[in-house]
Amino acid sequence: MSLIFPKQSLEAFPKHLSPGYKSTIKRSPSKPLMIVPHTLSELTGPVYGHDAIQENDNDLTRQHKGEPLGERIVVHGHVLDEDKRPVPNALVELWQANACGRYVHNVDQHPAPLDPNFTGAGRTVTDDKGYYKFITVKPGAYPWGNHHNAWRPNHIHFSVFGHSFLSRLVTQMYFPGDYLFPYDPIFNSVLDEKARARMISTFDLENTVPDWALAFRFDIVLRGREATPLDNDEH
Amino acid sequence: MSEITPSQTVGPFFAYGLTPKGRCDWDPNGSYSWKNTVESNLVTPDASGTRIRIEGIVYDGDNLPINDCMIEIWQADSQGRYASPRGGAASNTQFKGFGRSATDKAGVFAFDTIKPGQVAGPGGKPQAPHIVVCVFSRGMIRQVYTRLYFDDEAANANDPILNMVPADRRKTLIAHKQAGTDPALYRFDIRVQGGDETVFFDI
Repeated sequence: MSLIFPKQSLEAFPKHLSPGYKSTIKRSPSKPLMIVPHTLSELTGPVYGHDAIQENDNDLTRQHKGEPLGERIVVHGHVLDEDKRPVPNALVELWQANACGRYVHNVDQHPAPLDPNFTGAGRTVTDDKGYYKFITVKPGAYPWGNHHNAWRPNHIHFSVFGHSFLSRLVTQMYFPGDYLFPYDPIFNSVLDEKARARMISTFDLENTVPDWALAFRFDIVLRGREATPLDNDEH
Repeated sequence: MSEITPSQTVGPFFAYGLTPKGRCDWDPNGSYSWKNTVESNLVTPDASGTRIRIEGIVYDGDNLPINDCMIEIWQADSQGRYASPRGGAASNTQFKGFGRSATDKAGVFAFDTIKPGQVAGPGGKPQAPHIVVCVFSRGMIRQVYTRLYFDDEAANANDPILNMVPADRRKTLIAHKQAGTDPALYRFDIRVQGGDETVFFDI
């Protein structure tokens, strides 16, 4: 099986310069990116096995002496390639604010309380069906300095590895029906509505655990699809 | 056609999740106390080759250091083998060739690693020793890729990728060996935007 990484797929990504998100103005390349062929250096990528993680790394509610405050939730889904085939053994890392919208990072000093029972970081590795699962609490919205009265919608940061270094993805998972969507320049940096929708988890009643936790499903699709004979002829 | 999940910025607060024990000293009390999955020291006891250190500063368009940046590197081992199922001749050591470093408050990142060997490029032509570099930061809504080459490699002159880069911008991809350092320290600054902007690749 030979995988290719068509660049057209990247049209779903935001533009490097997305001026509504002000920090991109000085942190985006101003010169055109150089087109070069994919060599072995780009087509390969690191692989992490189950030895990279420890028990409870995927359960953010059990990393301290007590349980964190907030709505307990299950966040789960599949990591897939562009052919919708599972990506097994993919390292998935996440980090998030606590239920009050406060990050443990000491640069976040806005007046919301820290939770001594919540750090907000987790990691896991997908199984042979590309499936991953986290248990956490729903993060709160929080203010930021981008513009007057700016608030980020509730979100969880994800970092994912796929088949190659070109599949590397850092993204954010949002929650369905968030009233802050229309006002958030980071979410709206993705110009295509259907592409934006792919960053929104779905409420998953079926996997909700009665008397214990709500569930949200978030499938992640990474770059990479199988080469067709035609693709091979082109190269 | 494409249905990939869009990229979003890594934001300012990734350190406790992605680089908890990194150079980033945002955490004086050590309270982000769990192990790193990915280290900035790539050297394994069984890795053969020349031990090197890479250090640099990431600058923004105002020439100010970026102190909330994360650099990831991907490289072959000293014999030009990638530790990847798609790498053909797989490495026979524990050397993974993948590293991650957050910048510190002065915008500095650093890696301890092994100098990579040559790997095949387009049409089987050898590429000069190089490292693929991926940059993430607050203010970057998506990552950018560049390459690091070494200033003491004659093979640079024939490298197929380097030769596609306009001659006056190639210098932005070259790391400079610092005199009198052991292990050899290579200096590699990254300029995200501006006059001497680093060449980034559309790949």
